[in-house]
Amino acid sequence: MPQPRTSKEISGMGHSMKRKEDPRFIRGKGNYVDDIQLPGMLYMDIVRSPFAHARIKSINSEKALKIPGVLAVITGETLKQYNLHWMPTLSSDTQMVLPVEKVMCQAQEVAAVIATSRYIAADGVEAVEVEYEQLPVIVDPHKALEPGAQVLRTDKKDQKDNLAFHWEAGDRAATEKVFAEAEVVVKEEIYLPRIHVASIETCGCIADFDKVDGHLTVYMTTQAPHAVRTVLALVAGHVGLSEEKIRVISPDIGGGFGGKVPVYPGYVIAIAASVVIGKPVKWIEDRMENLQADSFARDYWMTTEMAAKKDGTMLALRIKTVADHGYTNASANPSKFPAGLFSICTGSYVLQQAFTEMDAAYTNKPPGGVAYRCSFRVTEAVHAVERIVDVLAQKLKMDPAAIRLKNFIQPEQFPYKSLLGWEYDSGDYPKALKLAMKNIGYDELRKEQAEKRKRGELMGIGICSFTEIVGAGPSKTFDILGIKMFDSAEIRIHPTGKAIARFGTKSQGQAHETTYAQIIAEELGIPAAHIQVEEGDTDTAPYGLGTYASRSTPTSGAAAAMAARKIREKAKKIAAHLLECAEDDLVWEVNKFTVKGAPTRSKTIQEIAFAAYTNHPQGMEAGLEATFYYDPPNLTFPFGSYICVVDIDRGTGMVKVRRFMAVDDCGNIINPMVVDGQIHGGLSQGLAPALYEEMPYDENGNNLAGSFMDYLVPTSMETPNWETDKTVTPCPHHPFGAKGVGESATVGAPPAIANAVVDALSHLGVTHIDIPITPERVWRILKAKGVAQ
Amino acid sequence: MSMHKIKVTVNGAAEEVEVEARLLLVHHLRENLRLTGTHIGCDTTHCGACTVLLDGKPVKSCTMLAVQADGREIRTVEGLEQNGKLHPVQEGFWEKHGLQCGFCTPGMLMTSCALLEQNPHPSELQIREAISGNLCRCTGYVNIIKAVQYAAEKQQAQKEAAHAAA
Amino acid sequence: MIPSSFDYVSPTSIAEAVALLARQPDGAKVLSGGQSLLPLLKLRLGQVEKLVDIGRIPGLEYLKEEGGMLKIGGRTREAALEHSALIATRYPILHDTVRVIADPIVRNLATVGGNLAHGDPGNDHPATMLVLGAQVVVVGPKGERVIPIDQFFRGLFATALEPDEILTEIRVPTPPSRSGGAYVKLERKVGDYATAAAAAQVTLSATGVIERAGLALTNVNPVPQRAAAAEKHLIGKKPDAALLNEAGRLAAEASSPNADRRGQVDYKKEMARVLAARALQIAVDRAGGR
Repeated sequence: MPQPRTSKEISGMGHSMKRKEDPRFIRGKGNYVDDIQLPGMLYMDIVRSPFAHARIKSINSEKALKIPGVLAVITGETLKQYNLHWMPTLSSDTQMVLPVEKVMCQAQEVAAVIATSRYIAADGVEAVEVEYEQLPVIVDPHKALEPGAQVLRTDKKDQKDNLAFHWEAGDRAATEKVFAEAEVVVKEEIYLPRIHVASIETCGCIADFDKVDGHLTVYMTTQAPHAVRTVLALVAGHVGLSEEKIRVISPDIGGGFGGKVPVYPGYVIAIAASVVIGKPVKWIEDRMENLQADSFARDYWMTTEMAAKKDGTMLALRIKTVADHGYTNASANPSKFPAGLFSICTGSYVLQQAFTEMDAAYTNKPPGGVAYRCSFRVTEAVHAVERIVDVLAQKLKMDPAAIRLKNFIQPEQFPYKSLLGWEYDSGDYPKALKLAMKNIGYDELRKEQAEKRKRGELMGIGICSFTEIVGAGPSKTFDILGIKMFDSAEIRIHPTGKAIARFGTKSQGQAHETTYAQIIAEELGIPAAHIQVEEGDTDTAPYGLGTYASRSTPTSGAAAAMAARKIREKAKKIAAHLLECAEDDLVWEVNKFTVKGAPTRSKTIQEIAFAAYTNHPQGMEAGLEATFYYDPPNLTFPFGSYICVVDIDRGTGMVKVRRFMAVDDCGNIINPMVVDGQIHGGLSQGLAPALYEEMPYDENGNNLAGSFMDYLVPTSMETPNWETDKTVTPCPHHPFGAKGVGESATVGAPPAIANAVVDALSHLGVTHIDIPITPERVWRILKAKGVAQ
Repeated sequence: MSMHKIKVTVNGAAEEVEVEARLLLVHHLRENLRLTGTHIGCDTTHCGACTVLLDGKPVKSCTMLAVQADGREIRTVEGLEQNGKLHPVQEGFWEKHGLQCGFCTPGMLMTSCALLEQNPHPSELQIREAISGNLCRCTGYVNIIKAVQYAAEKQQAQKEAAHAAA
Repeated sequence: MIPSSFDYVSPTSIAEAVALLARQPDGAKVLSGGQSLLPLLKLRLGQVEKLVDIGRIPGLEYLKEEGGMLKIGGRTREAALEHSALIATRYPILHDTVRVIADPIVRNLATVGGNLAHGDPGNDHPATMLVLGAQVVVVGPKGERVIPIDQFFRGLFATALEPDEILTEIRVPTPPSRSGGAYVKLERKVGDYATAAAAAQVTLSATGVIERAGLALTNVNPVPQRAAAAEKHLIGKKPDAALLNEAGRLAAEASSPNADRRGQVDYKKEMARVLAARALQIAVDRAGGR
């Protein structure tokens, strides 16, 4: 690990600086949406559909309106008057805000009650009477795509089936040829089930419309406040909401993980209610609403095949996916990438050909398609390739580490052009895997496993060597609803040498207040402690697309460095003026400009800042500030190798993760403590879907895991003691060589765990187990193989 | 629907308020007393974001009525810092990066505080058991455990220092 | 999640509480620890007109050995059992049980009486109390009744407790020497109800033969009950692995679990077998049988 260049006092890159945001959080002084109380504020609660598909025959609000304190019941008909009963999704599909005709999934919003307290609002919800006529339900995307299936989206004139979209990448014919001629072909059906981010804070907002001046302020749990502002202006412009009068404030966010990217109907209804009533309206979901109605992740059925030579040389990859999108395509994906960045599925390996295609289906399930802490659909892609590599190794009786080392893209091949169109920036895959193997004692573990097998004990070792693709993205290809995916930083240096910096991103726990300050400290030498970082208020922050897909450091972080460098350029001119020398005679060292050959003649950034306001050169603009909109030239490609060791209870099928070694490479590191924290969290959110979490539905479209009773978020007792290490391969195109790290571990952990469980059972002929690997699922295999105790 | 005049001592201050029978303690704290450090995360006693100390013991304030707390002592995260001095568990969470989004943190802090009062030198397993009723989605728990260990050591050092001074 | 409106009273004596319940037998409900009742009310799955909070009645929280019995006050918190040296050393099966009920924070409010009176076959105490041969003391308008635990559970969420009665005490006969018990639970994660769990209590003779045996399962029957056939099979035999496995098999055979997210019927039955055998083995070990 490189040593920090700056002192601890400055705390630039590489210092494990204690977090600047923590003093408020550890005192209970965070400011989350539900903590905000405005004068005269009303409360909204939502009536939701018990059925997955039903015609609404009537909505009777009479009883509800008789409850003292219930002020209004808003229905689709109310919104229809303003043409606000439908809204666009982030994927340019359409979604109901409130229905006028039928509901398309369970827990869909049906009506909203506005009342003087949240207790009365809840009473009002119970009193609203809705009469439904149930309609046939489709929950299986394969059935939805069968010819002759009932067409669900009858609202869309041209929709003749349930296909939301078809997408493909790669050379189909060339790939088929390689498969046809290959010595070895392996194939698995891999399902990554629907899951939910389940941030501990649910979603909510306060919409505050000022009827006098037409200003709308929305405090909301959003990871992308600027995008929300623009979307609101575009979809509600016709009712008088104009972008200069819309202010979106994203206060402290209690975890996002992608679930707070979409604009949910609840937000829109609260805004409509505030506009109509002229008072602030608060809406806070409860956990059931959050789990049952908000965007899901995954739900990909991936038929995965690999072709290879007998010696283990990989040749080609082919994946055909059926994706379940629920009743509308509300994926939070860049416009040109309906399947997200799934085309990273060629992974860390040299191949000759690859082809992937996807059919996305409409079903009677809640819409979504968010990330669950990963860059757009990268977890799905990595799971498919890392599983099929193990299947191949098993077929060829090769060690899973050996087959990876044999096929890795080699360090000297970077920048590496992948078969499906990406240019991997940098990497050293063998180094990371070898380090993980050394740290965990791979060879000894294999010996232990062999011994245990003789005794009938089940132990497995699983590897995952993933390549991520994050930091979206270059404006030539990346946009959401047309808005390019650059991001921004604005830095103002105060006369006394302190600074404020604002960003287009929005932390939900990622420590931006600390790490962005450290980036600026590194570039300008101003102590990070003296740099105030602000995000989330669209009235003050520069425009940006927000925080998700591990994009903050690659985009806004880069913008911070570039804005700081602009400031340094100006500072140089001021320093030259103060030191009465030519700019070319000055050299920059940590926090000051010094005259070459005259080390005593220097001006610190603080002295220069003061001069910028008190003694700036004639003809120069006063002040010292800069804004930078950073348009990344490429994406970044963090990578890592994880090794997991599991033990299986032959009586119950229970899987215990005994050890987990994560070697990550996220390029240069801003704050090692924060990076480790991100990896710990990511690993835990990899463990969760691997062994516990799943959002299943019965054949009637009823959610079967709609509370924390059945949606199994792991506790401290299920979570192992994560072991971490790093290699550092800087990103060549990023201003300070960083790649982003928030999601690597969520991507890399599930295949490592799944591979370990399959490895434990591989001698019994088991080649694949879908996640979550529940005790029952394992026990059924043990029973079938005759080894259950 | 009965109304009840209750007097709950919260962080040392007794406040008398009239409440509806069904009012949950967490809403009393957050909305009547405006102590918003105590959070709501799940409504079904699974997440522990609403954990406060009731007569010194951690309880989930979303699953207790405000009337049940009449005459009792409640301690919330806002009551941890004393005379401008952070509680050792607060220091530990800050030092060891025991929090990220901060939403579960108040509950975690209260549980940890109660643990150390009951067991000043917990093992790693005892810490894991004690916080197993508090869900955290960000940290993976590893640093929370380190934070509690830090707080235990700090508390011990403080005791020894006080002992030496006396 | 907000409960519907209700009235609330907090009597300060058992007599007062019973009178309040008797006045409104259909609409009033006892509030003890509230850790099952309040979530139900918040989910609006249950309706109640009046909550009679027994939290302010003195003398309902205690643990003591008296007259060959362990006496547990009806409102004794699970945490009190968990941290009791008496329980840990003399009633390890109860110690096992409380440590897997919900989570440590819930256990600070949840009560032993509530766990039984709720009549939930998913709760952990019923099986343990069944194998310990406990007695449940209840007080109603007509005075006190002592109900043998075998007669206490009547159906799903139904017990022998009348709507105007309060569970005031649980009495557990102190097991004779050479006794041991254990509770083994399979749960998906901390805080979950059991996929299946087994409570086992045995007493060995001087020669190491099983003299008395109690075996009961959690969450695999609509009503908590002892596994009579399995118990019978154990009596008079030397406890070896084969015997304990066979007892587990018999217990599982007699169970009738429902399929849910925790597992299909065959899995749960099989887990009942595995866990019963494991609990019996620990019980035998603790009884000094090894």
